[in-house]
Amino acid sequence: MHVVVVGHGPAGHRLVAALRAGDAAGALRITVVGEEARPAYDRVALTSYLTEGADLGLPGHGAEVEVVAGDPVTAVDRAGRAVRTAAGRVIGYDALVLATGSAPFVPPVPGRDLPGAFVYRTVDDLDAIRAACERAGAGAGGVVVGGGLLGLEAARALQGLGLETRVVEVAPWLMPRQLDEGGGAMLRRRIEELGLAVHAGTPLAALEAGADGALARVALADGSVLPAAVAVFSAGVRPRDELARGCGLAVGERGGIVVDDGCRTADEAVFAIGECALVGGRVHGLVAPCFSMAEVVADALLARVSGGAGGARFEAPDSSTKLKLMGVDVASFGDPFADADPAGGALGVTYTDPVAGVYKRLVVSDDARTLLGGVLVGDASAYPALRARVGAALPGTPEQALFGDVEAADGELPDATVICSCNNVAAGRIRAAVRDEGLADLAAVKGCTRAGTTCGSCVPLVKKLVDAELTAAGVEVSRALCEHFEHSRAELFDIVRVRGITTFTRLIEEHGRGRGCDICKPVVASILASLGHGHVLDGEQAALQDTNDHFLANIQRNGTYSVVPRIPGGEITPERLIVIGEVARDFGLYTKITGGQRIDLFGARVEQLPEIWRRLVEAGFESGHAYGKSLRTVKSCVGSTWCRYGVQDSVAMAIRLELRYRGLRSPHKLKAAVSGCARECAEAQGKDFGVIATEKGWNLYLAGNGGMRPRHADLFAADLTEEELVRYIDRFLMFYIRTADRLQRTASWLEGLDGGIGYLREVVVDDRLGLCAELDAAMERHVAGYSDEWRDTLEDPGKLARFVSFVNAPGTPDPSIVFESERDQIKPVLVAGSRLEVAAR
Amino acid sequence: MTMTTQTMTAAPAAPPEVRWTDVCGYADLLPERGACAMVDGVQVAVFRAFDGRLYAVSNLDPFSGAHVMSRGILGTRAGAPTVASPMYKQVFDLRTGVCLDEPDVALPTFPIRRSAAGDRVEVGLTDGHRE
Ligand SMILES: Cc1cc2nc3c(=O)[nH]c(=O)nc-3n(C[C@H](O)[C@H](O)[C@H](O)COP(=O)(O)OP(=O)(O)OC[C@H]3O[C@@H](n4cnc5c(N)ncnc54)[C@H](O)[C@@H]3O)c2cc1C
Ligand code: SF4
Repeated sequence: MHVVVVGHGPAGHRLVAALRAGDAAGALRITVVGEEARPAYDRVALTSYLTEGADLGLPGHGAEVEVVAGDPVTAVDRAGRAVRTAAGRVIGYDALVLATGSAPFVPPVPGRDLPGAFVYRTVDDLDAIRAACERAGAGAGGVVVGGGLLGLEAARALQGLGLETRVVEVAPWLMPRQLDEGGGAMLRRRIEELGLAVHAGTPLAALEAGADGALARVALADGSVLPAAVAVFSAGVRPRDELARGCGLAVGERGGIVVDDGCRTADEAVFAIGECALVGGRVHGLVAPCFSMAEVVADALLARVSGGAGGARFEAPDSSTKLKLMGVDVASFGDPFADADPAGGALGVTYTDPVAGVYKRLVVSDDARTLLGGVLVGDASAYPALRARVGAALPGTPEQALFGDVEAADGELPDATVICSCNNVAAGRIRAAVRDEGLADLAAVKGCTRAGTTCGSCVPLVKKLVDAELTAAGVEVSRALCEHFEHSRAELFDIVRVRGITTFTRLIEEHGRGRGCDICKPVVASILASLGHGHVLDGEQAALQDTNDHFLANIQRNGTYSVVPRIPGGEITPERLIVIGEVARDFGLYTKITGGQRIDLFGARVEQLPEIWRRLVEAGFESGHAYGKSLRTVKSCVGSTWCRYGVQDSVAMAIRLELRYRGLRSPHKLKAAVSGCARECAEAQGKDFGVIATEKGWNLYLAGNGGMRPRHADLFAADLTEEELVRYIDRFLMFYIRTADRLQRTASWLEGLDGGIGYLREVVVDDRLGLCAELDAAMERHVAGYSDEWRDTLEDPGKLARFVSFVNAPGTPDPSIVFESERDQIKPVLVAGSRLEVAAR
Repeated sequence: MTMTTQTMTAAPAAPPEVRWTDVCGYADLLPERGACAMVDGVQVAVFRAFDGRLYAVSNLDPFSGAHVMSRGILGTRAGAPTVASPMYKQVFDLRTGVCLDEPDVALPTFPIRRSAAGDRVEVGLTDGHRE
């Protein structure tokens, strides 16, 4: 059977992926024809393409699927069961699926076609917008027509491209489809604070050209005129149903291809899915229902070849949304307008905090027992729990639900409650994954059910369900560090801190058993160091350290060490560069520039380390802590001093931060970066903490990661002053150090933090736990107590004594260390067997 | 088979053939840390455990091929005194040299003792340990 899919957007892509996954025998022949020049990409993440240059490509379908790109279908011949394309291809089908999506609606105002006016739908649109913004130059005017979800997203992007941006919304408040008036007003305040102007309640009059014939102004019906070199229409979409019209299939009054709940048109060989389909009298404009439709049609088509039931039906989805607009939480769920009709008997309960910029509203049934819907602006931490309760009884009063966290008592959530609305995964499915399929952790359940893998807002709830189910099954969710301590790292940290314990011996005697191991000893060493209990090589602490910390250098595969002097912010004078070069030359070391903007010197034998460091310390260098679980580098771009785009001095900021946090011991290494403008040359959003300069201050991004599991950092706060920035980073780091697990990077720590970044913001900014003073004091102690570990070591003969090759022949080099030469530098020769040979036995 | 596997099968011989060599002062060894001694051309990792007991094993880490065992972290596993390779973290029983993570791999062990006066550390070698 030949299936032809028209349109390669998210819906078409999901359909083909589902067909391929269900058709192991290869009974289906599949062709996808797309109008855009590139195969399917993740349209939902489109803005990140503009702001971060993200790669949006979706996984390919494999060689068996024929993908035609850049050639739209122009006609459907239903009688002959074939489609014709613009390039003249004629493709026959047994089943045809229309997945043509929708097109932006451009209101019929004069000047709508002027150069400088754009829509915001495809990668090509965004390329054109970027080029226009660059031509217009920073500070030029930008206008976004439409104050809905997408319009605000587009406005943020224009602002990021340097335009003075204004949003025009015809309705009296922003996001009129999701928010009530109070929510819209609060959102507007928060957005204006971020430097975007909002014109609401005013229709558009015309787009006007300047002398050069290109867009120069946008005129509103109230007579105001906004300067605009670039305008973006984001005033809703219209389903692309032209193919259906052309071949006589029914379309809705306001557009959309009419289909039944199996996504079938009146012609049983033709289906429609995604934003072009009118199902149950509605067109759906979010990606989740589009995916559901794709799955429904995949089920039907697979049944035709396998003889299965194929009974899947599309169910009207939950239209709850939560998103972060420029760092402002916005969420709506259920029916937030249920109390609009006074006869309906529903009640609204509203809470407004103008100082914190928080607006919350719940709509409940007239007996105040059943949750019908609600709106949250400024603080959406209760969203997952509240959303899951729509239609169910509230655990307490509506006021309690507004203030106290509605900890959804998971046991009470019915199996049918949808937890992940993006992928339509219900509580029962998650429980079954643990109970029946034996999955034992969040990651496995996410992988298997897809829950929490799209927008991520339900992850805390999924985790709770998983843990509850594991506990119910009698699986101990063990947090023990190792056989010597029953505690997690965070618990040990608190024990050490609260009891004022300063030695491993006391800790293990009072709270553990045995004599420790290579897992718990370095953890305790790091905790003691974080709490400022002396030099890492002092007394008993020396015995706890990993070899890297023990020798203040990084062990390499042949047992030699590498040496990394600190180069704060990556800024270095020619004189110091020469010193590094001379040291490397004199000791015959291999040199390489690191990703963190410093220089790594390899191949030093243990007994050479003190001599190498004596020279480096004399020249003013200090330890770079490349060996420790501690701050590595704060990378920076060259910033406003030299770069013509820079808006702040990113180098000075990076140096300030690096000097502040150098030597800070943490659960895992910490990396940071500072960029001088939104172009982000320092890649700050891939770091544990990243700072990006804005016209007004600094944006702080937290919990990014490169490496094995890359993660984009979350915007924590925008336009901070230097002092605010430093204070928030101080607290973030100290809170992480206190509460993270062993070897847990900030990215996975934040993912595991209940309430996520919203909660972190409450802790760090609003002092919800009353911890800030303690965290601040801890950081002050660290800063005041810092001293260079290498300088200290060189001054202490006791510590120097360990840097010998052999206790009974201190000066004799280890004869097993041998080098050969490669590209004019040394390279280790491995004398004895290697790990691989042993493993191969 | 590699050299690694040969050394693994070479169990320490019985004490009679042992020649004792003075390697360092007892006080030179940090509690719960190791040091490496060159004894007759053989790299021996010597350790002083928390209870003062001494252990000696080959300094050659069979998994990485580097002479680094003396730089590992000491500890216990289910009561047995252990050292963890600083390279790939396998844990070895200090008394027998057996790798607790992969029991068919073992480090050669050596006799070790304090001198008669108690202030020195001596390692015993047998001819079987010449490399
Ligand atoms: C900037 C942006 C942000 C968004 N953010 C979110 C979000 O956060 N959450 C959310 O749920 N949704 C979001 N959406 C909406 C989401 O992207 C859509 O719901 C989704 O893309 C719909 O998928 P689709 O495949 O039905 O249609 P489309 O993505 O429109 O894909 C249809 C494809 O068919 C092609 N096509 C059309 N006609 C033809 C033809 N005749 N021949 C061949 N090809 C044709 C089109 O060129 C297009 O490539 C966002 C949309 C945008 C633009
Ligand atoms: S990020 Fe830095 S280097 Fe890149 S353009 Fe901005 S200021 Fe210049």
